[in-house]
Amino acid sequence: MNNFQGKTLSWKMEARVIELALHHAPHNEIGSAVLGELEAFAEALASADNNCAALIVYSELASGFSAGADLRELHRRSQGLSATEKTAGVRDFLLRIHRVLNTIDAAPVTTIAAVHGITFGGGFELALACDLIIADKTARFCFPELRLGLIPGFGGIPRLKRDIGNAAIRDMLLTGRSFNAAKAQAAGLVGQVTGEGQALAVARTTATQICKFDSGTAAAAKEFIKPIPHEELRREIDIFCELFSRPTVEEGLRKFVESADAMPYLP
Amino acid sequence: MPSVQEVTDEVLQLAVAHFKVPLGGLSPDDDFFKKLGIDSLQALALLSRIENHFHIELPDYELQGVTDFRTLAARIHARL
Repeated sequence: MNNFQGKTLSWKMEARVIELALHHAPHNEIGSAVLGELEAFAEALASADNNCAALIVYSELASGFSAGADLRELHRRSQGLSATEKTAGVRDFLLRIHRVLNTIDAAPVTTIAAVHGITFGGGFELALACDLIIADKTARFCFPELRLGLIPGFGGIPRLKRDIGNAAIRDMLLTGRSFNAAKAQAAGLVGQVTGEGQALAVARTTATQICKFDSGTAAAAKEFIKPIPHEELRREIDIFCELFSRPTVEEGLRKFVESADAMPYLP
Repeated sequence: MPSVQEVTDEVLQLAVAHFKVPLGGLSPDDDFFKKLGIDSLQALALLSRIENHFHIELPDYELQGVTDFRTLAARIHARL
């Protein structure tokens, strides 16, 4: 797998471990630019040789792993479009990001999200596609979508359902509150909590351990234990698109983009 | 259990350390958004520090409309 240096992310492979670094200021919002480079990464990952054993995804930005979907771009691109055109555009974006996340989810290497700070919405969903989440104690996980009249659209609910108990999902989803790293670990979402700024170092140590195992055996174990919930993922896209066409979403997005605050839906 | 005043003092110390402002540069009734010039994201980082320090959960929606340290300390105290 060749190294890559992009505008929003970069990756490199060293000693059988691929490191995917997100660096799209201000908060790794996932819009068309990030999606395009994630697609390139997914393509490279899918064709990577058997020499790869592990993947670490992390953020180089101080504010956190990712604030999620780029809502300002989403709103901007929706302007002047009919309801049908808006929904079609959103569906196309969702199908593309789902393909990327499904590729990461099913990759025949062990994948680790090393997170810190805000890990919200689509950023949280990227972490959920990974096999392991290692969080430093500043990490906060949140699905704020209901505040905008939406549900998570990048596969969040089906993947959470796969990983943790339904009550914890309802707590997170239906209140819109964020979980800190300790709470997320107690819920079974996070494997390891580290000191501040140590998530990547711990992920690298974990990857070193993973590299000791036979890759084929690890891939077989993963395929057995981690099925992709394809049907629920498709249903999630449908629900998201149904909700997206409602006026409440337009109003929620308008309020969001009119605010200068990074996360205007937070207190 | 610490008093609300003691919690307030601890919160002020946490904020001083987190935002690297001079000791004594903050007071209980300060509007921390204005005084520190922070946004909601930075306030959330302080919330993480508070939760870790006091070993509590403080749902972020409980902080809606809270802008001063004294009120913040009262919300923390209610969770101890």
